[in-house]
Amino acid sequence: MTWKQVFTSSIGKKLVMGFTGIFLILFLVVHAGLNACIWANDGGDMFNRAANFMGSNVVPRIMEIGLFAGIFLHIIQGYLLTLENRKKRSVGYAVSYSEGSKWYSRSMAVLGTILLLFFILHWKHFWIPSRITGVEETTHAVANGLPVHNMYALMKDTFSELWVVIAYVIACISLAYHLAHGFQSVFKTLGVHNKRYHIMLSSLGYGFAVIVPLVFAMMPVSFYLGWVK
Amino acid sequence: MEHYHMNLNLKVWRQQNNKAKGAFKMYRVEDISSEMSFLEMIDVLNETLIREGEDPIAFDHDCREGICGSCSMYINGKPHGPWQANTTCQLHMRAFKDGDTIVVEPWRANAFPVIKDLMVDRSAFDRIIQAGGYISVNTGNAVDGNAIPINKDKADASFAAAMCIGCGACVAACKNSSAMLFLSAKVSHLALLPQGDPERKSRVINMVAQMDKEGFGACTNTGACEATCPKEISISNIARLNQEYLISSLTADK
Repeated sequence: MTWKQVFTSSIGKKLVMGFTGIFLILFLVVHAGLNACIWANDGGDMFNRAANFMGSNVVPRIMEIGLFAGIFLHIIQGYLLTLENRKKRSVGYAVSYSEGSKWYSRSMAVLGTILLLFFILHWKHFWIPSRITGVEETTHAVANGLPVHNMYALMKDTFSELWVVIAYVIACISLAYHLAHGFQSVFKTLGVHNKRYHIMLSSLGYGFAVIVPLVFAMMPVSFYLGWVK
Repeated sequence: MEHYHMNLNLKVWRQQNNKAKGAFKMYRVEDISSEMSFLEMIDVLNETLIREGEDPIAFDHDCREGICGSCSMYINGKPHGPWQANTTCQLHMRAFKDGDTIVVEPWRANAFPVIKDLMVDRSAFDRIIQAGGYISVNTGNAVDGNAIPINKDKADASFAAAMCIGCGACVAACKNSSAMLFLSAKVSHLALLPQGDPERKSRVINMVAQMDKEGFGACTNTGACEATCPKEISISNIARLNQEYLISSLTADK
């Protein structure tokens, strides 16, 4: 059996979704953890140092390439699978069936599309200025004797607009539902069928799907409502 | 429950053959007993159609005891109708009330092409079984059934998976027309037993390849299949199938 046969089979394609999904879940933990530095309420010093470390250290920069590869693989494979699966039923039902499955389990592509649109907005807001077009520097925080990008000020400025805050909160809600299905589904795809582990991972998944998007959603809300200065 | 009679409107999918364009047709059936099975009600309608010189509705059926997996029919938006853990032949008319309109459709999946009306070609399942859903044994005297010790939990789980009657309701219910619940039941019931061990790796690899070749979709773990399965096959079998496939494909000798 060749590797191509493994990863182009219906289960293999799901494995690609699963592996990239786990990688993206782990990234969310790192991203949420680092961004939580805004709540240090020190005028952004800790956050700017953390952001500078992620942007200048070689390890996160290499991992960033893997992250983009993982995101695009997950998106492309997701769309290909959705299109392929839809083609398997040319004539639909007059009365549709929705028992036994949750709406968000059936809507992963829609939720994923909302997240993709959000990513474009998010990259435009932060990643492109940070890596390409440049960000104003701060003299408050220094790393290796050099001033760092004032990402905190950029966040504060970006989240002063209500529509941006609403768009980010909608994206976090989509992320919550995407994770509510994705987290527990990924372990089924990887073969976890033992009842004890399944219950444990499902509970962990629902907890993760609530807590992590909530942490992300609180960031624009905190800036907009002036909870962090 | 009290016995009663009812008049019903049926909206049935009629399609002359695989190439023809099908459409729904309305029928009225009267004085239907609540004790009849759904198939007996269709029999009554067909008798009337034959008397009137019309083509009777084609549908699959065999044992009418809920064990052969022949009957199908997607009734009011659910494979095998509104009852849980039930086949169409065991669906009784007391599930409906006087004046109801019932929509009856065939299984919808490209891998199950319509033969005529409510009959679909499910031979794709046979070919998946032929690809590996068996064990090889030496001929000769029958061996003692208890010669190999088998863990009771595993034997029970294997038996639960072996309950699958191959009706195709899982495919009909799945938004992706995936046959994974069926395949996982067939793989699990042999993978859990020592008798299934010698062909374990090749079985799952070949059966998955055949499933993909037949044009079924990929599983997205929504759970619709488990909810509609007349034999209550657990979706945990799909996770077991995934594990079998992952291990077998990574450790296959060639």
